[in-house]
Amino acid sequence: MDSTAINNFNSDLAVSLSAFWSYFPIVFLAGVILISIAIEMYSKSSKKILPWFTVTALLACAYYSLLTVTDTGVYFSGMFATGGLTNIFNFIFTFGGAIVVLLSVDYIKKSGIYYGEFYILLQSAVLGMMMIAGAKDMIMIFIGLEQMSITFYVMAGLNRKRASSNEAALKYFLLGAFATGFIVYGIGLMYGTAGTLNIDFVFSNIFAAEKNLPGIIGILLFLVGFSFKIGAVPFHMWVPDVYQGAPTSSTALMATGGKVAAFTALILAFRPVLGTETLAVITPVLAVFALLSMFYGSIVAIAQTDIKRMLAYSSIANAGYMLIGLAAGNDYGIEGVVYYLAAYSFMNLGAFGIVALIESADEKNLLISDYNGLGTKYPVLAALLSLFMFALSGIPPFAGFFGKYYIFIAAIESNLTWLAIAGVIASVISVYFYLRIVVLMYFGKGESQVTPEITNASLIGIVISALLVIVMGVFPGSVINLISNF
Amino acid sequence: MIHYIYLSVVFPLLGFLINGLLGRKIKNEKLIGTIGSGSIFLAFIVILVSFFELLAMPADSRSVTVPFFTWMNTGELNVGFSYHVDQLSIVMSLIVTGIGFLIHVYSIGYMHGDRAFWKFFAYLNLFIFAMMNLVLADNFVLLFLGWEGVGLCSYLLIGYYYDRDFEKGTVADASKKAFITNRIGDFGFLVAMFLIFLTFDSLNFASVMPQIGKVGDVGIYELIAIFLFIGAIGKSAQIPLYVWLPDAMAGPTPVSALIHAATMVTAGVYLVARCAAIFALAATAMMTVAVIGLLTAFFAATIGIVQNDIKKVLAYSTVSQLGYMFLALGVGAFSAGIFHVMTHAFFKALLFLGAGSVIHGMHEKQDIRHYGGLQKYMPKTFLTFLIGAIAIAGIPPFSGFFSKDEILWDAYANGGLLFWIIGVITALMTAFYMFRLVNMTFLGKPRFDEHHTHPHESPSVMTVPLMVLAVLSVIGGLIGIPEVFSGEGGNVFKSWLAPVFADANLILGPHGAHSHFEEILLMVLSVAGAAGAIYLARHIYLNSPAIATNTAAKFKGIYNLLLNKYFVDEVYQKTIITPTVKLSEKFLWKQADNKLIDGTVNGVAKIITIIADHFRKFQTGVAQIYAVVMMVGIVITIFWIMSRL
Repeated sequence: MDSTAINNFNSDLAVSLSAFWSYFPIVFLAGVILISIAIEMYSKSSKKILPWFTVTALLACAYYSLLTVTDTGVYFSGMFATGGLTNIFNFIFTFGGAIVVLLSVDYIKKSGIYYGEFYILLQSAVLGMMMIAGAKDMIMIFIGLEQMSITFYVMAGLNRKRASSNEAALKYFLLGAFATGFIVYGIGLMYGTAGTLNIDFVFSNIFAAEKNLPGIIGILLFLVGFSFKIGAVPFHMWVPDVYQGAPTSSTALMATGGKVAAFTALILAFRPVLGTETLAVITPVLAVFALLSMFYGSIVAIAQTDIKRMLAYSSIANAGYMLIGLAAGNDYGIEGVVYYLAAYSFMNLGAFGIVALIESADEKNLLISDYNGLGTKYPVLAALLSLFMFALSGIPPFAGFFGKYYIFIAAIESNLTWLAIAGVIASVISVYFYLRIVVLMYFGKGESQVTPEITNASLIGIVISALLVIVMGVFPGSVINLISNF
Repeated sequence: MIHYIYLSVVFPLLGFLINGLLGRKIKNEKLIGTIGSGSIFLAFIVILVSFFELLAMPADSRSVTVPFFTWMNTGELNVGFSYHVDQLSIVMSLIVTGIGFLIHVYSIGYMHGDRAFWKFFAYLNLFIFAMMNLVLADNFVLLFLGWEGVGLCSYLLIGYYYDRDFEKGTVADASKKAFITNRIGDFGFLVAMFLIFLTFDSLNFASVMPQIGKVGDVGIYELIAIFLFIGAIGKSAQIPLYVWLPDAMAGPTPVSALIHAATMVTAGVYLVARCAAIFALAATAMMTVAVIGLLTAFFAATIGIVQNDIKKVLAYSTVSQLGYMFLALGVGAFSAGIFHVMTHAFFKALLFLGAGSVIHGMHEKQDIRHYGGLQKYMPKTFLTFLIGAIAIAGIPPFSGFFSKDEILWDAYANGGLLFWIIGVITALMTAFYMFRLVNMTFLGKPRFDEHHTHPHESPSVMTVPLMVLAVLSVIGGLIGIPEVFSGEGGNVFKSWLAPVFADANLILGPHGAHSHFEEILLMVLSVAGAAGAIYLARHIYLNSPAIATNTAAKFKGIYNLLLNKYFVDEVYQKTIITPTVKLSEKFLWKQADNKLIDGTVNGVAKIITIIADHFRKFQTGVAQIYAVVMMVGIVITIFWIMSRL
């Protein structure tokens, strides 16, 4: 390295270090993880301290992220960005993570995974997500992704005494490693053709070059790898098995934060080339994945008897809707996807929270038929679950409606009207399995057989999710305005 | 304060949320009533302060848009909870919150001991919330939200005593009738909104209004105006959709006063006035508005003469007065129409609340044939009711005289002699039936059993609002003294609203020239006629009731026709409702729905379930197969894209 390069590096480092407060949350959370490990090692009552410590830390991060949302900048030799969409994603991760903690406090006690490690793993996963959201470099994406994925593999298998949990972990690990291999290979090909790993540069230049086959295959592999992570058809096969086998509170985090993080990577990658004709090369792939996911997810969900599996297929279908936003390839699409990601997270957190509540200690009461007659026995729970089901099926005034609305509008603006129509048809199909639960709860014959212990922490988490779903549905314009500023 | 105008919307919403969510637990009527009325009072203060701030501004800049938050923002459609404060919306807001507050206070007394006191106040607050959105909205979508919101509240409140009987059916039937009839109007409003968006690419007043007359041809303005007017017909109970309003009397009386007299039913008038410039470009639509208004005013008044239910008389009177307002709008006297909205709100709210006080004192009896001589039992109610009656009869210097006279004069000046004659005959009938009501209720000998029925004056929580409204009914007209007396620009109300209607008036051009002598002559004629009608009513119903019975017997046919409201309900039943029900039952339900639609839906559902059952078998649980599927997916994707390059 010659001296100017070293000087440049040094001055950039100085700038980066002086901007400490901009990327403070990520450092803070890393510190929190270390402290949590210390608490877990040395304190006997760590299981009681850790959840509240984690919630406080995550909420602090969430608040700080919103506070510094306008504080945009790129640091560490163009590796890491702050402010804008990054902070909005960080808010979703940290706030969603805090809700998952609330939902887990009592769940992990009753389902035999009462380990303090759960919270440390959760913190690590959230840290990984935040690294993806801030990434400006392929390597950063990869590191964040691995940090998140590896913790997920562990979280899926946390209930080591149970075969289903072990199976979920192993499948998730094997297939996840398989997918990660494609991502790394794709990154390698891109580096080979572009000579750099800077996201903006790689994507805008590979598309610019005519017939740059290795580069385009690299991008496709990258896309395919992340399609696995978001659970899009045909890379979805792991989703039902893992979502069903993993402990419900782990599933809640995977299905929300994990999926949002994977989408974040795709948004970061495709955003620099929005509206360019070259993006059109990728658009058909996205559109086909979207179409397959929406229909496959919605149709197969109908045949499910297990509620976690049903929600897994629902999440496949939802990945499809969000892919429409990416396929649209315009600003509306990106705004719509970000909005939908937030809405989707809170709808699913609430739904999984209720599933975790109803679930009994021996992993029973997970069948859809177990929700029979819940409306008369537990009116509040039933009302909340109905709210999430209505929201997921896209019925106003809840957040799910405007999520789909913005995405479909974006598709129409990009002359993908056929895809928007397909999306509406798939939504109609999905109404069936969402509302079936509502019908069972209120109109099902016979009495409810479940006897859940409704704990305060879970209820608070569920109610906060419900409030967010309502608020986002009533004030969609304000949320979109916030997103569209960046 | 004007920039915090949204507080006047937020306070009623808070009142609704508190009473609606916690009311059942609060139980304390005083606290619930205070929350309910207090929230409206705060809203009123906000509006009042904003009004004075508006007053302090120069006349041509009295128009402020206050964005609250963005609601929907996609492409060309940008809809926000933004509020538009100008001379028109502030007048409407003052009426809604001011009279609304008085009626809330009154309801504390009237609804005392009700089984769901909290629910009533929650609904009332929700109504004010919706109504404020309606009048303050700066775009059609928000206006429509308020429009539907007040419709919902009207439905809920008409059906408040849902388990009681009402006339031939139940109270629930009356509320359904109101809701369904309003749907027809709402459909027209929706179509108008689509047309507006199509023509102007926007639904915000701020961008639509300046474009009026600059884009599109006359035809589209006629269409928009007609469909807007269809919306107004539904909400403001004009021919042919007025039938729901008399039945709306099934609700508690304060509701009739607030929603079905003072505020909600004038929403249609407000809508037309708000879009005055569009109507000004649509001559045919304007003429339709005037004719429908005039006919409604006339026919409703004829029905009002023979009704025996105290609230029914007032209901038909309301329909008739609303007709006057549309007559004013139709002849281009927009500010006169709004002026009548205001004075009518004063005296009709007063009359309804007075009627409520009587009903309250007479233990829920509403038939005036069983009233009489109530003056000595309820002196305060009598006095205030009398003031209301004089006001509506159009005797100077009470408020009704000024607004009605302005409308009649404009009808003559812009519409012609025939408009004036029918208008005046209606006014005479109004004076007659109102004093028939006064005489039969308060004067003469009691026609009820004084040993068993003990009428009593209402508590002051009810009579004080009556007095306030009575004062307003007396002096409220003085802000609109005709220019023939007060000189150029002397009509304060008209000058105040002039900037709002400047565009419309510019399009319509100046009135035909008429002499002051003509104006004063017509005025004297109508006042003399009204005084004569009052005297006639007194003579017939106090001194020689035989005249009434004899006349009824002599003209049995006409009497029955009027008593049965021209059999309009029956005609609607025979020609529209029964065929629709039959068609729905026999064909749409049993054939089209059960066989065609259900068959298709169930068939599709069956196919999808079969597909689903097949697809789920792919999910074998074997991880190797999952990997193979992924691999196949990747290979196909790459080859597909490569073949496209």
